[in-house]
Amino acid sequence: MASDEETDLDPVLGRVKTGIEAFDDLVMGGLPRGRMTIVGGTPGSGKTVFATQFLAHGITDLDEAGVFVTFEESPAEIAVNMASFGWDIGRWRAAGKMAFVDASPRDRDEVVLGEFDLSGLMARILHAVEAVSAKRIVLDSLTQLFDHFIADQTVVRRELLRITAALKQRGLTVLMTAERNSEYGEISRHRIEEFVADNVVILRNSLDRERRRRTIEVLKMRGSRHVEGEVPITLLEQKGMIAVPLSSLRLEQESSTKRVTSGNEELDRMCGGGFFRDSVTLVSGATGTGKTLLVTNFLAGGVAAGERALLVGYEESRGQLFRNARGWGVDFEAMEADGRLKIVCLYPEAQGLPDHLLMIRQLVEEFQPDRIAVDSLSALERIAPETGFREFLISLTSFIKKREIAGLCTATSKSLVGGQSASEQHISTLTDSIILLRYFQQADLMNRGLVVLKMRGSEHDKHIRRFTIDASGMHLGEPLGGASDIFDDSPTAPQTGS
Amino acid sequence: MTAPSPPAPGPIPLLRLYVAGQTPGARRALEGRQRLIDAMAGQIVIEIVDILSDRTAAETAGILATPTLSDESSRPPRRLIGDLTDVDQVLGFFGLTRRI
Repeated sequence: MASDEETDLDPVLGRVKTGIEAFDDLVMGGLPRGRMTIVGGTPGSGKTVFATQFLAHGITDLDEAGVFVTFEESPAEIAVNMASFGWDIGRWRAAGKMAFVDASPRDRDEVVLGEFDLSGLMARILHAVEAVSAKRIVLDSLTQLFDHFIADQTVVRRELLRITAALKQRGLTVLMTAERNSEYGEISRHRIEEFVADNVVILRNSLDRERRRRTIEVLKMRGSRHVEGEVPITLLEQKGMIAVPLSSLRLEQESSTKRVTSGNEELDRMCGGGFFRDSVTLVSGATGTGKTLLVTNFLAGGVAAGERALLVGYEESRGQLFRNARGWGVDFEAMEADGRLKIVCLYPEAQGLPDHLLMIRQLVEEFQPDRIAVDSLSALERIAPETGFREFLISLTSFIKKREIAGLCTATSKSLVGGQSASEQHISTLTDSIILLRYFQQADLMNRGLVVLKMRGSEHDKHIRRFTIDASGMHLGEPLGGASDIFDDSPTAPQTGS
Repeated sequence: MTAPSPPAPGPIPLLRLYVAGQTPGARRALEGRQRLIDAMAGQIVIEIVDILSDRTAAETAGILATPTLSDESSRPPRRLIGDLTDVDQVLGFFGLTRRI
């Protein structure tokens, strides 16, 4: 690394926003201004999207012109490919906001004989930079340039260093992409990062349990802090690349002491006056124990109290949910017609977890609910690798709390009696409250029991209560004597029949 | 028209030499150009294009490396990047034979 360009660097580096919001958070506000960043990734990992978004954000939001140096696709191909993300490259070029240097492979008969340099490329780049007064520049991808001069790798390295230095000297923030052969292994094929990059970002598109998992990782940030580890990303039409951040990046929200109704007076009493406004409650139980009923009560109770309620359903269709609710005396149709309730049902398999998360966030932004229910998390767990599911849960619960929404999530235990669901294990530490619903045998009858297992920041009724379900909903009975072991893994009949 | 030398087969070939400014590399390329012209007994035109002063020339022709000697009359263009010292090799690449 030449040392002269290091001298005039501001100790607090200015930041250049990439427009990938959550990514900018990872790197403390954006890429360091006037520095060079390598974005490495396998084919199809989204390098060109990342690079174009970096330019697009500068052009559309910050009035910073950009130059795109392409060694791979032609400018026309890039314009077409990127149009689906809502980027009008043709208009930017016409408006003098963006310039291309087209170094894509052309039909030519070429030999290299002896010494040369890349002054042609450099002159074209600097010309384009001056033509639009660019602040940002992308070179996509270096691998193609190295392949073009395959016998002269040292020349290409030397010249890239020269070009980078010239661009940095002019205050440009430089982004170069490089191809990788494998998701985990050396950073780029030509080890470009070792001699020229201040910062290294890796995009991955790996196959995990038969599902594509896209992530972004900041590997190195010279002279600057960054968040470590892979963060899930997704590519959305009209938006481009979106990173889905983890809650650990965010400061914990002040806990609210305001209570809201669970929709069931008896349960409210058990919880010491209702759920907390900004808390997430997990309801866990086997199929048929009454989870969806609790969800229905939760929604109806909110609407009755003048709140707006949102349900994201992954298990049952709208028709089924409406029918169930009617059976318990709750009219979802009227609530939706009043605009107080919104019910969205879809198959978990319809999209990947990051997309589910984004969809929920988008629904919340649009509908502005006071409470949200997700029924059930177990359905979502089916489609995701374990790490992905945990990340999803962390993101979801932190988002719900941050928005000061009351959340209710359900999880289905696999065994009918007793037992823990896998989601339970994941989510129990993430949620504020846990309500267990179980079948238990009492003499020759199967009964349902409910217990509030955990209630963060509050006293609660620790008794196990039997409950019944009829046409008017759930009715909690008196504390159950002698059934102390029904919430064990292997519930047996209570010793004392009551 | 007078013919000072034996009639050339077809028109006089036209090549372009792309250089960048006054670097030692560019100077060597210009010397090489002169040797090529001498070897062809003047029956060749090699235009010099300095991409630093002609700002759009490199973009139009798609030049990355300098020096580049280019025959833009052929399809696709034939290009030789680098060293022009070996006159016969260079001429051979463009399908030319020396006159002297």
